Amino acid sequence: MTATTPGSLTGAEDRNRIGGETVGRLEQRRRRAALLFLLPTVVALLLVAGWPLLRTVYLGFTDARLGSTEEAAFIGFANFGYLLTDPGWWQATWVTLKFASASVVLETLLGMVIALVLNAHLPGRGLMRAAVLVPWAIPTVISAQMWGWMYHDLYGVVNTLLVGIGILDAPVAWMADPDTALWAMVAVDVWKTTPFMALLILAALQTLPTEIYEAARVDGVHPVRVFFRVTLPLIRPALMVAIIFRALDALRMFDLAYVLAGGNPATATLSVYARQNLVDFQDVGYGSAASTLLVLLILLITIILLTVGRVRLAADTR
Amino acid sequence: MRVKRQIGQALFYVLVAVLLLYTLFPFYWAIVSSLRSGQALFSTDLIPTDPVWENYAAVFREQPFARNILNSVIVAVSVVALSLLLSLTAAYSLGRVRFRGRGFLLMVVLAVSMFPQVAVLSGLFELVRILGLYNSLTSLILSYLIFTLPFTVWVLATFMRELPKELEEAALVDGASPWVILTRVFLPLMWPAMVTTGLLAFIAAWNEFLFALTFTLSNEMRTVPVAIALITGASQYELPWGRVMAASVIVTVPLIVLVLIFQRRIVAGLTAGAVKG
Repeated sequence: MTATTPGSLTGAEDRNRIGGETVGRLEQRRRRAALLFLLPTVVALLLVAGWPLLRTVYLGFTDARLGSTEEAAFIGFANFGYLLTDPGWWQATWVTLKFASASVVLETLLGMVIALVLNAHLPGRGLMRAAVLVPWAIPTVISAQMWGWMYHDLYGVVNTLLVGIGILDAPVAWMADPDTALWAMVAVDVWKTTPFMALLILAALQTLPTEIYEAARVDGVHPVRVFFRVTLPLIRPALMVAIIFRALDALRMFDLAYVLAGGNPATATLSVYARQNLVDFQDVGYGSAASTLLVLLILLITIILLTVGRVRLAADTR
Repeated sequence: MRVKRQIGQALFYVLVAVLLLYTLFPFYWAIVSSLRSGQALFSTDLIPTDPVWENYAAVFREQPFARNILNSVIVAVSVVALSLLLSLTAAYSLGRVRFRGRGFLLMVVLAVSMFPQVAVLSGLFELVRILGLYNSLTSLILSYLIFTLPFTVWVLATFMRELPKELEEAALVDGASPWVILTRVFLPLMWPAMVTTGLLAFIAAWNEFLFALTFTLSNEMRTVPVAIALITGASQYELPWGRVMAASVIVTVPLIVLVLIFQRRIVAGLTAGAVKG
């Protein structure tokens, strides 16, 4: 993989070899300039990320309402208490977890297949790589609409094809039943984001030394065995990082559920649930508390994935 | 032996064909549907017969779609320009200078880019209202910085780090200030990286939905994704699917063309930026 882990940016720093006192002074000047150079970005991030995040967490402890001019009152953990007794929140949590795990597992497997195909030396490889970039380039909202039309119960092409092939006896109302709706959402997400996964895996595959494969071929080792014994262990770190980033992305999914399922509570993810309370029901306090819980959930899952995957994301960051 | 290899090869090509069909069919179907009108829309023939352009005209006639496209262009271009401008100096600091807390800053930037957008929604909403930016494009430009800026900082810092240090040393010895080094020595070398990063940030800003849905109210202020998401509700007596598909094709074709032109750079940018955040 051409990419390194985040921390290595700090690792490979140049040592000045010009010598003497000048270096010290120049270094000092550079360092002062560096801090000045950082200032605009730091201020911008504090304004658009830091401050809003702190406010959201704080608002979660209040009874703030949207559009109300009255000062919100601090109500402690009441919102969080309500959340944990709200079947709607639990429902959204399960939808989010099911959606994220199913979609990440499927796109890792499929991404691996596509990456291996793209890695093989054959004509038409460039065409194939261009083709997989197409779903990636289409905005999520638009893919949701495209698939929404294909899933249409009466006129959808998915039903026509499946009935035509004989897999289905009768057309299915895909988005009406919560179970099929969740799987329909997973299918769209897999379609849209597998290319991304495939490209990351491909980048990892292309860093592997070819000698190993030649040696394996000379020794007559079966390709499947080579894949599990050599390829997979070698690309594991890159694969884990890709999986973690995709998982974080899937856990915060909003647009697909909102557009494809119309915010239907049966398929609402935590992001949809939080926004619904915040904007549609005007309950800023409750919605903010839900957002805060989502952040905690994502943090927890990241820590688990980092530990299980033995990924050292910032190991050499000092 | 040879037969077995030929079968293997045939199976391989079947796999490739299936994958191509899977990735391209939905877009093909959107185009076919967008060219059908009236009763023909409900036909599921895979090949279009007598295409009509009615849906494409209707998109612009029945809603301010041209305005929506313009909004998206203004927002995406502004946020990309702002992000590149801010991140250029930050990338120099984070990519080339050693100072205390640099690792921490890098991790914070990475964390911000991975944050769920909904986590800042109420705080940002408040900020947008205090600044008097509700239902304006400025509110979107401001809020999109939250995901474009960390991304551009990361990728530019990576590119900047890989520039040869001899360049900088020579300039330093000649008495050039860091600002001169950045703008005269590094900037000319950074253009390819800036084009790639800018394009990826542009696509991200173009696709954004949650903030655009929440911070804009009127039809005239909507960006393309919000406009397309809300077409469906226009009338409950007709299915506007033909129009939705036409709008989708209009917006997607330029993106696909861009992506195909820059595909090598995009793959490089994605793998450099994505794995690292």
